Amino acid sequence: MSSTGPAPSGRRSPVSRTIALLRNSWRQLTSMRTALVLLFLLAVAAVPGSVLPQRTVSIEDVNEYFREHPELAPVLDRLGGFDVFGSVWFSAIYLLLFTSLVGCIVPRLRDHLRALRTPPPAAPKRLDRLPQHAVIPARDPDPRAIAAVLRRRGWRVVVRGDAVSAEKGYLKETGNLLFHLSLVVVLIGMAIGSWYGWHGNRIVVAGPDSAFCNTLLQYDESGLGPRVDSAKLPRFCLELTDFAATFTDGGQAQSYRATVLVDEAGGAPRHADFSVNSPLRLDGANVYLLGHGYAPVIRYTDRYGQTQTTVAPFLTRDANLTSEGVAAFPDANVDPRTGERDPSLQVAFEGLYLPTAPEEPPFIRSQHPEERAPAVLLIPYRGNLGLDAGIPGSVYQLDQRQVRSGKLTQIDTGKLLRPGETWTLDDGSTVEFVGTRPYVTLSVRHDPGQLIVLVGAGLLILGLTTMLLGRRRRVWFRTTPSDESTTSGSSFVEAGGLPRTDYPGFADEFRELVAVVQGGGNAADDRGETSDRDAAGVREGTP
Amino acid sequence: MAELSDQLLVVAILAYLVAMVCHAVEYAFGQRGAVSRAVARPERQLVGAAVGGDPAKPPKPVDEVPSGPARAPGRVARSVLAGRVAVALTGLGAVVHLGSLVTRGVAAERIPFGNMYEYLLALTFVGVAVWLGVLARRSALRHLGLYVTLVMVLLLGLAGTVIYTPVGPLQPALRSYWFVIHISAAVLSSGILLFGFVPAALYLLRSGWEQGRRGFPYDLARGLPDAGVLERFAFRIHAFAFPIWTFAIVGGAIWAEAAWGRYWGWDPKETWAFISWVVYAGYLHARATPSVRRSTATWIAVLGFLTMLMNLFGVNLFFDNSLHSYAEVD
Ligand code: HEM
Repeated sequence: MSSTGPAPSGRRSPVSRTIALLRNSWRQLTSMRTALVLLFLLAVAAVPGSVLPQRTVSIEDVNEYFREHPELAPVLDRLGGFDVFGSVWFSAIYLLLFTSLVGCIVPRLRDHLRALRTPPPAAPKRLDRLPQHAVIPARDPDPRAIAAVLRRRGWRVVVRGDAVSAEKGYLKETGNLLFHLSLVVVLIGMAIGSWYGWHGNRIVVAGPDSAFCNTLLQYDESGLGPRVDSAKLPRFCLELTDFAATFTDGGQAQSYRATVLVDEAGGAPRHADFSVNSPLRLDGANVYLLGHGYAPVIRYTDRYGQTQTTVAPFLTRDANLTSEGVAAFPDANVDPRTGERDPSLQVAFEGLYLPTAPEEPPFIRSQHPEERAPAVLLIPYRGNLGLDAGIPGSVYQLDQRQVRSGKLTQIDTGKLLRPGETWTLDDGSTVEFVGTRPYVTLSVRHDPGQLIVLVGAGLLILGLTTMLLGRRRRVWFRTTPSDESTTSGSSFVEAGGLPRTDYPGFADEFRELVAVVQGGGNAADDRGETSDRDAAGVREGTP
Repeated sequence: MAELSDQLLVVAILAYLVAMVCHAVEYAFGQRGAVSRAVARPERQLVGAAVGGDPAKPPKPVDEVPSGPARAPGRVARSVLAGRVAVALTGLGAVVHLGSLVTRGVAAERIPFGNMYEYLLALTFVGVAVWLGVLARRSALRHLGLYVTLVMVLLLGLAGTVIYTPVGPLQPALRSYWFVIHISAAVLSSGILLFGFVPAALYLLRSGWEQGRRGFPYDLARGLPDAGVLERFAFRIHAFAFPIWTFAIVGGAIWAEAAWGRYWGWDPKETWAFISWVVYAGYLHARATPSVRRSTATWIAVLGFLTMLMNLFGVNLFFDNSLHSYAEVD
């Protein structure tokens, strides 16, 4: 059965036709042309991943995109536009590419292994037809001596009668195969990482009351690979005991250092330092410092005289750490006699924290990231905070629906408080700005495929350089003793060379080789008469 | 020191600019003489391996005095002089350029790779250094100088105006030796890849011209070396730079793991690095594919150049959500 050439269709069974079709498709898929098209598609498919916001990069940007383009966003979402690199079409492209790759590599690997065991081919009849050719006069030329010279220079040599065949540069193909195989290794490592890896992000405020332990519920945001059992996450607890940041006078950050108390299963609690670029490496997880900020401590005393304190991490808005957030007191104004909570008397403050407040209003922007003149601008709200509605809201913003519906009302334009200052509100309740505590944004991660990817990448570079620097070439030497010589009755050696890959320097190498052979192993200055036909090689025809 | 660096940059741009004009003068007035020699020269001498190929071949000085039937010998000689002045000015520009980079580093007390402006300054320097290195060995390629200096003036002009950043210390996230390795490799490889665009683009023009196309822009290719020579030259440059570019990406991934906890996160900068990598891999692949024409392959290299530009300028200007905010322009 032949897959090429049309066969009378009546004579072929559907099965054999299907087989022929499959075989043809496979041949198509594993052609270098198809690989090229798929590579190109891969590059094109990655572009929307940089133009559109991606869930894996920044969920906030995606949400904002939905708000700004309410019509377009759901359509894009269905097409996988916000998760390009996990989308069906992106996966389809790279899976096809890698199928093609494997289908292409395996036969080549077999061929290469065979080539490594096959001696260089016999000398062609007419060496003068080769791109490089030379004739050297020699007295009693000995093929075995020539072979020895070549072998010493790393050529693979075989002597057949009066002719020597030699080949060099197998490493090029080895490098090529290594490169393509390591691409597969990298992909496997990435797949393992996404199946068996997990991560969680959260904010940790300094102090023992804000310590956290590694369970999924403790994270603000988390992602588990499909093969990860959330009950089997490694056990450890972290408490931020200190955070130090240094800045230049101009406000540029110079260094960060977080100190934590680590309590790992099977060990006594210990202190550890880490910072940007040097994560805390624990057993089964790494802890990375992604960001930091200030958490103002606000004390509120309600109309019944009950005092509550919150430590509210504020989100930083600029490089000088101007921060915004909310200090909420959902349990304010609970009547101590009845124990009843009045949902319309909950209290919250919108806050703007300035680590270095300007001397004059407007108090909207910090002047420096260090706490040189700290002050917080508080805007009080009273009413129903909407926390019981069951809709998860942001802890950094008041629920605007409650404000719009009038259930939550602003009761003052706000006041700037320095640490220790107290402000009495219209109903006699007081609010005090106690001070701040630093917080850090942590990412806790485990990626078991990381090492595989690293090894794959190392092999990839190794393969790539060997492939691009290597040159496959062949040379032949044929000795003609004096009695057989037709030209002048004296003996001579004829040499021919064939670069098998693009190799402009081959002519020089050949000339040198001929000189060495002529000098009997020592580079000699007087060279044989050489002809330099097409130095650039056989594969170099005009396009 | 910081002002000195800025002033040196202006001087360097001016030097490149005047060099460009001199190249243009040579180009416009010095016809056939130099050109036909470049074409007649055996390919081997032209393509050799200033970049990446066989080591240490002694430079072969080329006799630049026109021989053969030049129509106006005096004019040609003067234009050759213009070409030499252009090369000298480019060399001068490169020295001043380096000076600008060094004073910048001294002013900031660190390696001057800390922001987009310095990054651009460094990689354009690599580009011009590679060009001068090539020129020392293959002076017949001097005609390409017009395009090299043009690209230099444009890139440095953009660097000095659009993305200029005052001197400042390195952000904590950048204080890592992997960062230095990553950026050095990126500077080196993108400088070489950007330079590789010149022969690639000129090859496309020249091969069009050799196939009988006339008019703009093919006429520009009249005085250029053979298409085959340019094509092989472009390939060598890309083949040399590609592994370094790969290494730069890997180094970046190692650094990203330490800084952000993931070696790869599809941040816009990373995405475009990936796109460039895939496109350049596609170019090398296409060139090794027998059924793909050389001109098609070279178009892919040109596309690679565009993706590099996108990564250098586009990502910083269009997408503000990149984690690589050190590159931010404010
Ligand atoms: C994952 C995608 C791939 C990438 C990034 C890639 C990249 C490359 C590169 C950079 C080269 C170097 C060319 C040179 O020596 O100058 C190359 C060569 C080669 N590739 Fe791929 N490749 C990929 C997939 C494939 C596939 C699917 C096939 C098979 C269909 C294939 C077959 C080849 C062959 C045969 C060569 C060597 C050509 C020669 O002998 O010079 N590659 N590849």
